[in-house]
Amino acid sequence: MSGNGVDAITLQVPARAEHIGLVRLVVTALAETVAGLEGLRLDDLRLAVSEACANAVEAYARQGRPGLPITIRLHAVAGSIEIEVHDEAGGFDPGRLVPHPPVDTPERLHHERGLGVPLMRALADEAEFRAQGEGTTVRLVLHERRAMKL
Amino acid sequence: MQLGLDVGEHGGAVVVSARGEIDFGSAPRLRDVALEQLAGGGRTLVLDLSEVEFIDSIGLGTIVAVLKRARSMGGDLALVITSDRIRRPFELTGLTQAFAIGERVDAVVAAPGRTAR
Repeated sequence: MSGNGVDAITLQVPARAEHIGLVRLVVTALAETVAGLEGLRLDDLRLAVSEACANAVEAYARQGRPGLPITIRLHAVAGSIEIEVHDEAGGFDPGRLVPHPPVDTPERLHHERGLGVPLMRALADEAEFRAQGEGTTVRLVLHERRAMKL
Repeated sequence: MQLGLDVGEHGGAVVVSARGEIDFGSAPRLRDVALEQLAGGGRTLVLDLSEVEFIDSIGLGTIVAVLKRARSMGGDLALVITSDRIRRPFELTGLTQAFAIGERVDAVVAAPGRTAR
């Protein structure tokens, strides 16, 4: 993490669906004022962060431990923002997600869950999922201008 | 921000108008209201998202579930989407091709149903 010491802002919220909206507000405000993100890029960030938090809330819920802490670490500089969302809810392996069928096939509609990880990958300039401690850390980076994707 | 839901009618279709945020917390309420309107069977439901400011993957999944329920009951679901902010998550997940989508309620009611199921 490039953010350390006083550069980073850390939020801790209980893993409950109703707190995700608050995280969206804080992250969006920081991205707008410090990183200079605007328009659809802010929308991308809002959705990506929301998905990371929703996964953490769901992970705790699956363990029957709703309300445990989700830690959100934010590091914004002019032109870009880095977000880490960490839970201690056991962990998951995004590499084991079943790839979705092509979008134009009827089977596509069978996948009404599991859209979060592909969305984060599509929205963020960098999206990384790693096991850490007793859980998972999702790291997202978004730039003011979208990076070219290979 | 909360999710507001109103139910109305337009040209024989039931119109559920949503405003605010459809997310992990509020999506179950949208599902309940929509499924209640489908209960009679054979109905076309229009979900008007023009006043919605945010939708997440749980919201998208909920709308897919309503679409499947509608079709299984001989009805259908059409969407009204007017902003890039809402259109984009549907596009990124490949869902734009699953729905009849228009920019106005009367447009999607007048051109009901994709014939392909």
